Amino acid sequence: MKYAFSLLAVIALILVAGLGSLVPGMQYLFGVVIPYLAIMIFIGGFVYRIIQWAKSPVPFSIPTTCGQGVSLDFIKQDKLDCPTKTSEVVARMFLEIFAFRSLFRNTKSELHNGPKITYESSKWLWLFALLFHYSFLMIVIRHMRLFVEPIPFWVNAVEAVDSMLQIGAPTLYLSSVGLVGGVLLLFGRRLVSRHVRYISLNNDYFPLVLIFAIAATGILMRYFMRDNIDIMNIKQLAVGLVTLSPVIGAKIGTIFYIHLFLVSTLLVYFPFSKLMHMGGVFMSPTRNMANDSRAKRHINPWNDPEIKPHSYAGYEDEFREFMVDAGIPVEKELTAVKDEA
Amino acid sequence: MALAKLAQLSKSVVQGPSLATGAIPAKDWMDVPAIFKPGNYAYQAKVEKVEYLNSQKGLNFPNAREWSPEDDDWKLPEDWKEIILKGLAERLEKFRSLKIFMDCCVRCGACADKCHFFLGTGDPKNMPVLRAELLRSVYRNDFTLGGKILGKMAGAREMTIGVLKEWFMYSYQCTECRRCSVFCPYGIDTAEVTMMLRELLHLVGVGINWILEPASNSNRTGNHMGLQPHTFKDNVDFLADDIENLTGIKINHSFNRKGAEVLFITPSADVFAEPGLYTAMGYLLLFEHIGLDYTWSTYASEGGNFGLFTNNELMKKLNGKMYAEAKRLGVKYIIGGECGHMWRVVHQYMDTMNGPADFMEVPKSSITGTTFHNAASTKMVHISEFTADLIKHGKLKLDKSRNAHVKATFHDSCNPARAMGLMDEPRYILDHVVDNWVEMPENTIREQTFCCGSGTGLNTDEIMELRMRSGLPRANAVKHVIDKHAVNMLSCVCAIDRATLTSLMNYWNPGCNVCGVSELVGNALVMDGENRQELDEGLRTLV
Repeated sequence: MKYAFSLLAVIALILVAGLGSLVPGMQYLFGVVIPYLAIMIFIGGFVYRIIQWAKSPVPFSIPTTCGQGVSLDFIKQDKLDCPTKTSEVVARMFLEIFAFRSLFRNTKSELHNGPKITYESSKWLWLFALLFHYSFLMIVIRHMRLFVEPIPFWVNAVEAVDSMLQIGAPTLYLSSVGLVGGVLLLFGRRLVSRHVRYISLNNDYFPLVLIFAIAATGILMRYFMRDNIDIMNIKQLAVGLVTLSPVIGAKIGTIFYIHLFLVSTLLVYFPFSKLMHMGGVFMSPTRNMANDSRAKRHINPWNDPEIKPHSYAGYEDEFREFMVDAGIPVEKELTAVKDEA
Repeated sequence: MALAKLAQLSKSVVQGPSLATGAIPAKDWMDVPAIFKPGNYAYQAKVEKVEYLNSQKGLNFPNAREWSPEDDDWKLPEDWKEIILKGLAERLEKFRSLKIFMDCCVRCGACADKCHFFLGTGDPKNMPVLRAELLRSVYRNDFTLGGKILGKMAGAREMTIGVLKEWFMYSYQCTECRRCSVFCPYGIDTAEVTMMLRELLHLVGVGINWILEPASNSNRTGNHMGLQPHTFKDNVDFLADDIENLTGIKINHSFNRKGAEVLFITPSADVFAEPGLYTAMGYLLLFEHIGLDYTWSTYASEGGNFGLFTNNELMKKLNGKMYAEAKRLGVKYIIGGECGHMWRVVHQYMDTMNGPADFMEVPKSSITGTTFHNAASTKMVHISEFTADLIKHGKLKLDKSRNAHVKATFHDSCNPARAMGLMDEPRYILDHVVDNWVEMPENTIREQTFCCGSGTGLNTDEIMELRMRSGLPRANAVKHVIDKHAVNMLSCVCAIDRATLTSLMNYWNPGCNVCGVSELVGNALVMDGENRQELDEGLRTLV
């Protein structure tokens, strides 16, 4: 029932913002103070986490090689999956980060009588993940229109693509459908797949429920409750936040405060949670290193020069007689050793 | 504990109530304790082995004592918990991989059914993600803000004896094969997690004998098998005699010879037991065929490195002999034999730990003139690279018909495949030495290869059923090509495989033999001046 807990937590957050913002004078808290705090914690926390990671060295060169490495000139290297040059590593990382390439490999295994194990391609997770992340990205970009004036062309471009189906008025954004769909599919997968259900924690359900609530409040504002909010006042507040001169207009709407509070919660939660995979994926040593550890020496800053092998001299001292008997060359002949003694 | 009958285990693997077969465990994994009983754990290390290792300079193997995993009281030091948490803190500072892998997992489950131990046992804690959670839960509790504030609600739990026992059980049901890391969207490598767990356990004196005894042997005598110099030499001489009997070729080999061009190092198992012996005969024939100026060493007589399965200090210490001996003998470069984890160490760790090897030259084959630029710094060439180059340059006289009795398939060993990228060299060799060889299904080879199920020092007999279970995915893929193509030989480039796959085939696929690729090379070689008998089974023929 871990997901139920996450559900309750998000409902509580909604109530806090919904009721809190109704109290006279509290609009400033929910519209200005909390968002500022949240963004500071997000940026500070994110940077802190990256620095914390970067402070630990990468002592060994440990790329996971997923193809043929560089070898003899007649053996064809798999440059993408077993990179040696920086450009090849960048290409590998690019596909990992932007196309979720490792998830694309996913297979599903099944045990049958015999026994017989079968493996078949299973791309659902890859598909759901792409849907979710790209929708999220488009939505973040679209929201830039609220923070800057004039609106940059790339924001308009993304918006144009996002609304290209021209369904309904206001036009339906593909990303709205994509995000809600993505969240529901990922959430559903956690419940349906027995492996994933067994390993899922609150830490996994909570962000999904939270993001669902954020998307839902956003969609409500755009498509269904347009009369309850005043977009000019919201834009004024957003631009004001960015330019450090926030103004709370007369009528903004409770639903907006709920939306903003949930986003603030996500920002605060982000650096202290698994959501940091966003930063971590760039720094994973099994993916971002070149497979060139035999051609180029990798340096371990804490390598201990005092750890030495059991010496040859010690070895020969213990086994000298046997070695001489067997005709194995030795450094010190038996007679020499006796002379020393 | 007697090994389950084939029919019994076959049924149990598929129908036993486990997460792999569809049953959903009733209890949360944190509430399921690890219970040790005969057959489900590898024996604890002997007191004298732990004491010996602890007495060596630069090593730390404390708390040698009589104990048993089956006992309630493991006789840990009084401050064991502090030691573990301090050890964890220290490792978080030393290994970025550990920090990232603790923080980034989203529990997407992509790794869940990629593990051979999970597929064979159905034990949820053998899903790589859950194996990592065993440590991650403790990490959360003591090293993250969320865990400190929210505790169990955020997936955190306190370090207890129960947790420690769980670590012991599941860090020794992982062969560090890295298959999960191929599928992980962040490249989280359970091998890194398992390595850390094993390092931490050694801090309080919890380790297994099948790893620590070979490791201490290797430190003292130069090899895991504990062969003293004269015995090591005898074993190789014996193989040379066998070759002479079979082919009439007198092998010229040497030991600890200064001034040789090449030092040759292979896992000692190759000169110790079948079927590795035949692989070693293949090396001897190959080097004789091309007249290579090389020497064996009795001091650096081990390619493998069981230190890798304990902690990075012992790995470094054991590995150090390779360069020390190369320097003493004044060789130009090193050729390494067929071995999996050996090449993990040589390829990804050796130069970093014990380099720079500037007393040697960039490896250049004196036979073909090829420079091995990919080994320019480490100065160590894989026998398959070396052999493939010889074949390409037409330096080997090969007669494939001498392997007519063989219908082969090829098993990629975990480490060459996923920690080195050596996949096509052995295949190129196979193309030239056997008429008939086929690939296993694509999800079971190359970077997706399945472990033999007994790597990382788990090739011990007391856990045979576990080994047969975890080896099932590999055995099953072999069975597929046996049924389809009448394969009778499972070839590989790993000494542990040669031993463990033999047990695995005997159990799941009787009649299928196991060999090193170099054995097939040896079979096919047409030697100058040979007086070869009718060898129906190549170097295995009894005459």
